[in-house]
Amino acid sequence: MAAKTILQRERLVPFIQILDPEGMANPTDIVELGLKPHDFKAMYRWMVLARTFDERALALQRQGRLGTYAPLLGQEAAQVGSAYALKPEDWVFPSYREHAVLAMRGQSWLQLFTFWGGNEEGNRIPEGIRNFMVCVPIATQILHATGAAWAAKLKGERSCVIVYFGDGATSEGDFHEGLNFAGVFKAPVVFFCQNNQYAISVPRTRQTASETIAQKAIAYGFEGVQVDGNDVFAVYKATKEALAKARDGGGPTLIEAVTYRLTHHTTADDWTRYRPSEEVEMWKQKDPIKRLKLYLEKQGLWSEHDEAKLLEEAKAEIAQAVAQYEALPKRDVEDIFKYMYAEMPWNLKEQLQELKEYLAEHGGDLPKE
Amino acid sequence: MPQMTLVQAINDALRTEMRRDPTVLVMGEDVGVNGGVFRATEGLYQEFGPDRAIDTPLAESGIVGTAIGMALNGLKPVAEIQFDGFMAPAFDQIVSHAARIRWRSRGRFHVPIVIRAPYGGGIRALEHHSEAPEAYYVHTPGLKVVIPSNPYDAKGLLIAAIRDPDPVIFFEPKRLYRAFRQEVPEGDYTVPIGKASLVREGTDVTVISWGAMVRICLQAIAQLEGISVELVDLRTLAPLDIETVLSSVAKTGRAVIVQEAPRTCSLSSELTALINERLLLQLQAPVVRVTGYDTHIPYLTMEQYYLPDAGRVQKGIERALSF
Amino acid sequence: MPQLNLVQAINDALRTEMRRDPTVLVMGEDVGVNGGVFRATENLYKEFGPDRSIDTPLSEAGIVGTAIGMALNGLKPVAEIQFDGFMAPAFDQIVSHAARIRWRSRGRFHVPIVIRAPYGGGIRGPELHSESPEAHYAHTPGLKVVIPSNPYDAKGLLIAAIRDPDPVIFFEPKRLYRAFRAEVPEEDYIVPIGKARIAREGSEVTLIAWGAMTPVALGAAEKMAAQNVSVEVIDLRTIVPLDIETVIESAKKTGRVVIVHEAPRTCGFGSELAALVNDRAFEHLKAPIVRVTGPDTVIPQARLEDYYLPDIGRCLKGIEKALNY
Ligand SMILES: Cc1ncc(C[n+]2csc(CCOP(=O)(O)OP(=O)(O)O)c2C)c(N)n1
Ligand SMILES: [Mg+2]
Repeated sequence: MAAKTILQRERLVPFIQILDPEGMANPTDIVELGLKPHDFKAMYRWMVLARTFDERALALQRQGRLGTYAPLLGQEAAQVGSAYALKPEDWVFPSYREHAVLAMRGQSWLQLFTFWGGNEEGNRIPEGIRNFMVCVPIATQILHATGAAWAAKLKGERSCVIVYFGDGATSEGDFHEGLNFAGVFKAPVVFFCQNNQYAISVPRTRQTASETIAQKAIAYGFEGVQVDGNDVFAVYKATKEALAKARDGGGPTLIEAVTYRLTHHTTADDWTRYRPSEEVEMWKQKDPIKRLKLYLEKQGLWSEHDEAKLLEEAKAEIAQAVAQYEALPKRDVEDIFKYMYAEMPWNLKEQLQELKEYLAEHGGDLPKE
Repeated sequence: MPQMTLVQAINDALRTEMRRDPTVLVMGEDVGVNGGVFRATEGLYQEFGPDRAIDTPLAESGIVGTAIGMALNGLKPVAEIQFDGFMAPAFDQIVSHAARIRWRSRGRFHVPIVIRAPYGGGIRALEHHSEAPEAYYVHTPGLKVVIPSNPYDAKGLLIAAIRDPDPVIFFEPKRLYRAFRQEVPEGDYTVPIGKASLVREGTDVTVISWGAMVRICLQAIAQLEGISVELVDLRTLAPLDIETVLSSVAKTGRAVIVQEAPRTCSLSSELTALINERLLLQLQAPVVRVTGYDTHIPYLTMEQYYLPDAGRVQKGIERALSF
Repeated sequence: MPQLNLVQAINDALRTEMRRDPTVLVMGEDVGVNGGVFRATENLYKEFGPDRSIDTPLSEAGIVGTAIGMALNGLKPVAEIQFDGFMAPAFDQIVSHAARIRWRSRGRFHVPIVIRAPYGGGIRGPELHSESPEAHYAHTPGLKVVIPSNPYDAKGLLIAAIRDPDPVIFFEPKRLYRAFRAEVPEEDYIVPIGKARIAREGSEVTLIAWGAMTPVALGAAEKMAAQNVSVEVIDLRTIVPLDIETVIESAKKTGRVVIVHEAPRTCGFGSELAALVNDRAFEHLKAPIVRVTGPDTVIPQARLEDYYLPDIGRCLKGIEKALNY
């Protein structure tokens, strides 16, 4: 066989797409998903809810009612498709942008607002939910996920772990160390990279000279797969298969969901400084929500009426969470000192006392400047 | 003379040095095209191009490690770590290499890099974006640690840091980035590393501080009546300007140290130990420490309770005076 | 009662806890088949197998990061970092996660791991094999830092550390690993974390030490006794949380305090002790607090390290300085 030229080179990893941007799909692919129409609608509902939350959070931040916020606009399919494949006993290790995933796993919108409002209580995962907290230092959670998965394996449990991170995260040492450990110990973990093309301003091509992120798995001895991250079905399929493999002792998988951050990195960012608006427009055409809606409509599963009703419900649900968020009680300064250790050591007790005395001297709160 | 904010002064220092010395370059996450998340490197990409205003992959250890390598081969990289909290992934490269290569090579090699990072609390940020980690680096022999408190010093100290033959950790109090403007000379000048500044003379008590806390101390002092406070802005934490500190405390007999960082095993501990060691007989009261607590700095709804404010500084001063 | 050296006591503590609690495991570089480069995990692989005595890839952030993940999912990993100098690659995982997860999660999760590392100088090691980095961890809220100075304490403190619900940095003075033997009970016992030990009672000077500096301090006290000076030696055992009462009580009693540590002086843990004594025993002080420490340099290699590490002579000088003020 003649050597392949660069142009003929085979892809190192598979690429999965089921729904195209026009909402068309091959029916046998759909059947193979094993999902029912109510699942399609549930996925759609989550995507719309997530976007509604996102819009509201952005608006609140602009009004000074929320802290710095990281929007998920454009990444709804990557999040909803992957989280839909999880079982309650599985663990989720998020980064900071997975609002849809956290909500689908049972965390309330109120809790998410609380977190982004700069209140540590927003990171208190309710008992019974196997989510982990928002993780700010890039890529560091990948090691925790590998460790948790490895523990599940050592304990003989059938739960799996999924960990979310971005394209930028794949440049950090912890990404490589986490994948390496998982490969060596066959940990039941799914590495889910939302390649949204940017790490703040830095494009994907500046993070790695690899053609894909998914192919990095090969070097660690396990499978990598690239999916159309704006195709909720493709994401679901890849995640479900990776989880099934992990559950059956087949070890880890790296999934690269190719998607796009349609807006700013965070509310502190301005995307117009580093990317052309044509690029953003081009990706808007691949909007994941629009795509699923087209599919549902073509299948006769969705009407104008359904749409209007859903939007209204979503607005109401998020509005209620905002109202609860804004009614949260004033916090006790003890919150700063609690939870440092199982038992508070003397220095913290003294320092808490010091602070309380200081506040007491000023009528119970900080003196006005 | 132009009026600049602190972040503009930093930008001006970088531009000034990059114009003067073609081996100087900036590198880090988002420092090129985007001009840095705080705009500290704004315009450098346009003026000096992608080889001297370098957008790196997202990897702090990679940034510092390769900066060390560049420095060994004749360049003078100014590496930006995007936030104080993300110095930790580069910790090994900083303490095991940057700090040691002169020593390890018996002076054959040295590492003239600057590691800049926005520093400290007060900008209502997420976790890991408001840290004050100076003590880790002050405790690491081989590093210099600099923290300016105003635009004039920021420019002069950064130029000095870039010209310094040893690795300098340069922390920029981010809550002061745009807090106020000050006259900053055009062109180049340096503020020497290792020299504190006597911000205000006084006779009753010495307040020692650095970074954003200097402003808080000034506020506190302005509200105090009938007390003559001497205020020392350390500016450089390593090497410490021990003479300025000691001569002031010898004069006043009372010292209050104000810092954002957690108390235990911090620079406030070292200052207290030094003062006790060298001035015990002159001390009229124990040295007072007004600091962040031994906890993590809270998120934005609570950070104001953590950071020393003018009232807490006044309380510290009163404690020192009433002993 | 068996006579064990310090590394045997560590080994015994690990075995004791692994037998008692099936969720305890050891992990790190060369800790399995090879039993650890210092033999601290000797035979654990044979007794507990490769799933509880785990040879990991060579990656310190990987070791600590996955240990955190294991702890979150119900295990109690004791991670070994092969040498003190190689804690640095794991620094981010330690300070940004191990130390913070209880706080970040509002108590929903905690990280009951122990990070063991051979610590300090005196074994003629190459660079980065003789460090004393305790101050970095003492300055990090959320960690406990423990440093034993003898076999009995080593076993009891390590068992306490493994049972502790919070992350413990456990530094083992490597020059004491085989320096001497002491009686170590076979059964399980703990030495509580956060309690110092008065290693020698005295009335005129307080000498505070930990780790391998404790025997040095005791040697100095012995010498002073010959000159009729009564030195009290405190072995801190735990750096964080500090046993403040023992320290302050002794400082008030003697009025003279000398602190001995291997680490560089500036911002070392000695500075915190000095600050605390200055704050709480100010009026009792008859002399400035003296620090006898490593200089603010990198610790030199074999031929010069004896000049770097505090020895009995330097302790005596420190004591005299405190006495003659
Ligand atoms: C260790 C670390 N370095 C730097 C940052 C600052 N920072 C926050 S988000 C980000 C970009 C992350 O990009 P990517 O991994 O692609 O995720 P995305 O934000 O696109 O979802 C950077 C540099 C950080 N949070 N942590
Ligand atoms: Mg990205």
